[in-house]
Amino acid sequence: MRISRSIALATGFGITIAAGVTTLAAADDFPSKDVQYVIPFGPGGESDISARLQQKYFEEITGEQLVVQYMPGGGGAVGWSQLSDMSADGYTIMGSNLPHIILKPMGKDVGFQTADLNNFFYFHYSPDAILVRNDSPFETLDDLIQAAEEAPGAVTLSGSGTYSANDVANTRFQQLADVTTTYIPFKGTGAAVTALLGGQVQAEWGYTTVAANHQDKVRMLAVAAEERHPLFPDVPTFQELGYDMVGGAYRGMAVPEGTPEEIQQRLSDIFQQINENPEFQQKMQDLGFVLMDVPLGEMDDFMAEQHRVYEATARELGLID
Amino acid sequence: MDMLSYALGALSPVNLGLALLGVASGIIIGALPGLSATMAVAVLVPVTFGMAPESALIMLGAIYTGAIYGGSYAAILVNTPGTPSAIATTFDGYPMAKRGDGDLAVTLSTLASVVGGLVGVLALLTLAPLLAQVALSFGPVEYFWLAIFGLTLISALSEGSTLKGFMGAGFGLLLSTVGVAVVGGDIRYTFGSQVLLGGIETVSALIGLYCIPVLIDLVATPEAHLKVDEEQRGIRLREGLAHAWLGKLNLLRSATIGTGVAILPGAGGSIASLVSYSEARRASRDSASFGKGNPQGVLATEAANNATVGGGFIPTLVLGIPGTPPDAVILGALLVQGFRTGPELFTTNANITYTFVAGLFLATILLLPLGLLIGRYAFKSIITIPKALLVPTIAFMTVIGTYAIRNSISDVIIMLTLGVVGWLLNRYGFRPSPIVLGLILGPIAEQGFVQGFLMGRASGSYATTFFGGPISLTIIALSLLSVFYPLIKARRARRRGHDGGDSHQETSS
Repeated sequence: MRISRSIALATGFGITIAAGVTTLAAADDFPSKDVQYVIPFGPGGESDISARLQQKYFEEITGEQLVVQYMPGGGGAVGWSQLSDMSADGYTIMGSNLPHIILKPMGKDVGFQTADLNNFFYFHYSPDAILVRNDSPFETLDDLIQAAEEAPGAVTLSGSGTYSANDVANTRFQQLADVTTTYIPFKGTGAAVTALLGGQVQAEWGYTTVAANHQDKVRMLAVAAEERHPLFPDVPTFQELGYDMVGGAYRGMAVPEGTPEEIQQRLSDIFQQINENPEFQQKMQDLGFVLMDVPLGEMDDFMAEQHRVYEATARELGLID
Repeated sequence: MDMLSYALGALSPVNLGLALLGVASGIIIGALPGLSATMAVAVLVPVTFGMAPESALIMLGAIYTGAIYGGSYAAILVNTPGTPSAIATTFDGYPMAKRGDGDLAVTLSTLASVVGGLVGVLALLTLAPLLAQVALSFGPVEYFWLAIFGLTLISALSEGSTLKGFMGAGFGLLLSTVGVAVVGGDIRYTFGSQVLLGGIETVSALIGLYCIPVLIDLVATPEAHLKVDEEQRGIRLREGLAHAWLGKLNLLRSATIGTGVAILPGAGGSIASLVSYSEARRASRDSASFGKGNPQGVLATEAANNATVGGGFIPTLVLGIPGTPPDAVILGALLVQGFRTGPELFTTNANITYTFVAGLFLATILLLPLGLLIGRYAFKSIITIPKALLVPTIAFMTVIGTYAIRNSISDVIIMLTLGVVGWLLNRYGFRPSPIVLGLILGPIAEQGFVQGFLMGRASGSYATTFFGGPISLTIIALSLLSVFYPLIKARRARRRGHDGGDSHQETSS
């Protein structure tokens, strides 16, 4: 039974493509079967965990299952470059991540363009944060900045990946605070936090979610959110400290081009409804996420704004001229 | 303490049933090439959301234990490591199966997995908080040297053709750079192709390099797949126990190495089993027979890779840092269930943690009867299915299994290409293991080096960064020993007057 299930899941993706040709159901009885939710990363990460939390409520609302699958590789590029080949009937949706979908295709060919992704809903973000060990001599953000001023480049910060949310955050921070730090990219947040806990780096560019998972061992110096996170009422935001930084890793969902407008709207409504569920809200908050609603109608403005912000940073990073 | 009551909790009829189901399905999934332990666990996660947390964890642990063990079937019977941690099992397992001892090899793998698993779980139960600190003392530089040490094992693993071994490893290292670089973000060696964008996935490379050559040879030669001794069929438990008893030191050493390496989140089961294999070989008085079907080789790798199950949970549960990829999935499931790792798991949530550990214990014990039973069936079906049916079945499974790893047709194309390349290289004396080792260790070495380099620049001294730590120095010393040991041994052998001749690690035909 377990076997047949795994094979069914493994091949489910192929079946969806085949089925896509045959159905173009009306929006009101959408969905009338399981929806495949492709995560362009491996299992166990934040994209996976937040998708798993949505799973239950999707079923409650629609009566159909949300089947999570993984298509990792190339920091998401493998999945996104295949989205346009998938069935455009709403029964295949894919996780969409900022700043990845903007920064990845900049200045190079990774098999997809930002515009290829029809984002229909963005549902939360993990705010950027600077983390230090509990026993760190840096008590405040100012301590860290001072150390970086005294010896440019000597303060080391780990983070996940190059041209990633963490890398962008560090670049922006260096600009705003006018300091030079050394950013050391790791493969994933888990490896970055390990380097922090092991004392190989002095601080880490992470998220509120990382602090939530390692509450007993780390503390945050500042959070790049608009307000203080309810889990960490004592940690100031960057804005409070005078640095205009709000951002992090944003997550949403996209469908292939050509998916009917009304189906996209329906999907947007379903996921908005999930976001309104108090139990879901509580669970997301406990893990350190910050919920937000960017429904289909506001998506273009949201993406345009993000594009503007990240383009400036990309220039600074040397990604584009 | 309340330990006993937790253990009894794990033994409730429902949990016992779930453990039984988990182990059995894990074994079957793990035995199929491509369907890995990570996938087995990931598929099960949504099913467990509806269960009580303890039951869910017991089932996840059971399926994980079963899948790691199940990987040995494919390694022994069709020369295909179902998971990277079973690579070294092919070295002696497949030659044993070829000469008609496949049933014995499966039995040995079962016994070793049980012993290894128990050692790992015992370490998790008693030494977890202490050992978790070891995980943290391994930084980028230490991982860099560890990867270098891993590469030096090639010289130990490919005696007689060391040069070809290193050439193979160089090819593997080159393969590992394909795709989007983690550090630096550059796109390398994709030649503008979408297929190569995601890099070369280790398991699909394993399937290609190991299994496809076997299939090609099966078609090309008229002989039966495995030799069958009519009078010796079945479990051969008595014989297996005798070998295990003879190799009790080997078993314990391998299980300890397995546990130790698994604690390091950046290392993994493949390194654990390769290190313990080369150690077993080095320690053996009969080291020349390793790679030609020495039962001790199977014992060493299988004890080591099942010990990684318990060992890997140490950083996962204590620090919230997954020790192995399946641990990452289980950690995710824990978070979704509302549990936080760290000291809390050993205090307020101690009942769940200890029930889980007891469940792992139970699952490991269950490996014995279930493994012997399913292993016997797997062996019998492999030897009784006619070749005309066996080849297409395995071929079909390799394609499905490869596709399933990350739902990618690209991986299937890469797998088939590497299979043909591997078959050709095999004919010229290049074995797949050094290539795969290069592929696995390449990213660890590269990332460790660049991170260490950045750390060195920040601290102002590259030398102290790379050569300053006691752990680094120890690993460097081990690497030097590993490189020069075969040379010293060869010289000694030559002085005694008999040439080593050809001692191939893996036979593929």
